[in-house]
Amino acid sequence: MDATTSAIAWTKQRPQPSALVRLFDWKPFLIFACMLPAVGLLMVFLTYPLGLGIWLAFTDATIGRDGKWIGLENFIWLAEDPIFWSSVFYSVFYTAVATVGKFGLGLWLALLLNNHIPFKSIVRAIVLLPWIVPTVLSAIAFWWIYDAQFSVISWFVVDVLGLRDRYFDFLGSAWPARWSLIAANIWRGIPFVAITLLAGLQTISPSLYEAALLDGSTGWQRFRYITFPLLLPILAIVMTFSIIFTFTDFQLVYAITRGGPVNSTHLMATLAFQRGIPGGQLAEGAAIAVAMIPFLVFATLFSYFALARRKWQQGESND
Amino acid sequence: MSDAAAAANTAEGKQSATVAPELMSWDTRTRRVVTIYVPLACFVFILLFPFYWMTITAFKPNHELYNLRDYNPLWISSPTLDHIHHLLFNTAYPSWLMTTMGIAVGSTFLSLFAATLAAYAIQRLRFKGSQYVGLAIYLAYLVPPSILFIPLALMVFKLGLFDSPFALILTYPTFLIPFCTWLLIGYFKSIPYELEECALIDGATRLQILTKITLPLATPGLISAGIFSFTLSWNEFIYALAFISSSEKKTVPVAILTELVTGDVYQWGALMAGSLLGSLPVAIFYSFFVDYYVSSLTGAVKE
Repeated sequence: MDATTSAIAWTKQRPQPSALVRLFDWKPFLIFACMLPAVGLLMVFLTYPLGLGIWLAFTDATIGRDGKWIGLENFIWLAEDPIFWSSVFYSVFYTAVATVGKFGLGLWLALLLNNHIPFKSIVRAIVLLPWIVPTVLSAIAFWWIYDAQFSVISWFVVDVLGLRDRYFDFLGSAWPARWSLIAANIWRGIPFVAITLLAGLQTISPSLYEAALLDGSTGWQRFRYITFPLLLPILAIVMTFSIIFTFTDFQLVYAITRGGPVNSTHLMATLAFQRGIPGGQLAEGAAIAVAMIPFLVFATLFSYFALARRKWQQGESND
Repeated sequence: MSDAAAAANTAEGKQSATVAPELMSWDTRTRRVVTIYVPLACFVFILLFPFYWMTITAFKPNHELYNLRDYNPLWISSPTLDHIHHLLFNTAYPSWLMTTMGIAVGSTFLSLFAATLAAYAIQRLRFKGSQYVGLAIYLAYLVPPSILFIPLALMVFKLGLFDSPFALILTYPTFLIPFCTWLLIGYFKSIPYELEECALIDGATRLQILTKITLPLATPGLISAGIFSFTLSWNEFIYALAFISSSEKKTVPVAILTELVTGDVYQWGALMAGSLLGSLPVAIFYSFFVDYYVSSLTGAVKE
């Protein structure tokens, strides 16, 4: 006490902080104030709609009319709808093929970029470009590339190489349209996979490769026993993300085919949109969207645990 | 083998050893070209071709565009600005650009503000259960917009925000905040805690610490989070498609797809010009901050 009074005698009087300042310095209040904007926004615009969406799926709501609880009727109706089942099939097929393609090619590109090459940073910047540009806009470019009459791929194959005598009809029938969309999705997905895996590759210590070289390993063995196991943890995270966002993809399909021809390329998300917003059947759209949730949970758990367990196994032997 | 040749050999070996340490002696030049440069060139070609095709279509006159026999489609004989002129003066393109810009900037600032405070509270104030809050926010990022847009459309309608840019400014943070918070938590972790302790001892309040010490040090993190948010909101499609209906309030991606595609005859030149102009702001923005971008993308994944 004595010390403080004597201190005041020769220092400038420190102004007593106002009540507001003291309130903001009180830790519980500060935490509350700091978390409020983020948690508030997420609660109102994420958690609540998630619950609302699940509730809507069990009602008969349409645009402009609040729904009444009708139990599982929407799902029973969907179970008898061949278009819904075709969209489920295509969503799974699209996700599986596109994920395999993206990760195969992305890993290859990451391994290439991990070499000592000139203009490395420029090449890396170029590679990321498809991921930066709005998906819809690059999808429109693909739509034009897949055009029935003026496709540049058809022009190249037919008029330059002379391998075929008819132009490809990329988007005119079911299977070619499905494969065309998958190709466009892979094209857009490669950069993200490649750049993130490249980051993972760069954390692997070169001394491991030196040791393996001294032991006389082949290139494949080095990849199989060093690169791949050490890359698995980051691969698990990137794959979980990739699967979730490929399964719920909307933009690419909506921009290129809008679910056509004859509903053959509908993903669950595009079907939900078509039924829910322009069709006005909010409840049916919500039911389709809710039907995606089990697939997402399953895919996440599968990719996470299947890959994370191996990470734990190799972590034991390496760390 | 003559001495000179041997000397040249060793010199070459030394040179390659200094240039590229990982280059092994049996990795010959041809082998390197076949296994690395050729596939890499193919990748770069395939990844860039749609952009080249977009650009070239945007500047091609219609008679060249629809005549593959007499003109080489990979080149333009007489470039024209007709499509861009049509886009800028006969459509609402400038207003779409302005709307998109406004929405992207608005939602970016809103999310940055919320995410910075949340990341600071989670990483620095360290309350009980803060790691669970962090995990919950991270899980929020895994909820895809495709599941949320129908109930959100209903909410937006009930709140009277339908067809207003505020509907988008308020809903974009649902996917921006989780990402930014996650990125900033990682960034705040790298700032030494001792700096804040010193400031506390000097009598600074918590808010002063945040504004005068932590935030200035976290500027690179804030920049990366801002770039990501801007790009993500510029690219967003499904909410903008569902919540906006009047033509002049649409965002660029939605407007190009719904307003420029009229009838059965597609205006490919105008469509490509629109896509090119719509991609340019993000691409330019990206080219300035490419290093931040790559490092934060990879850093965020490594976390």
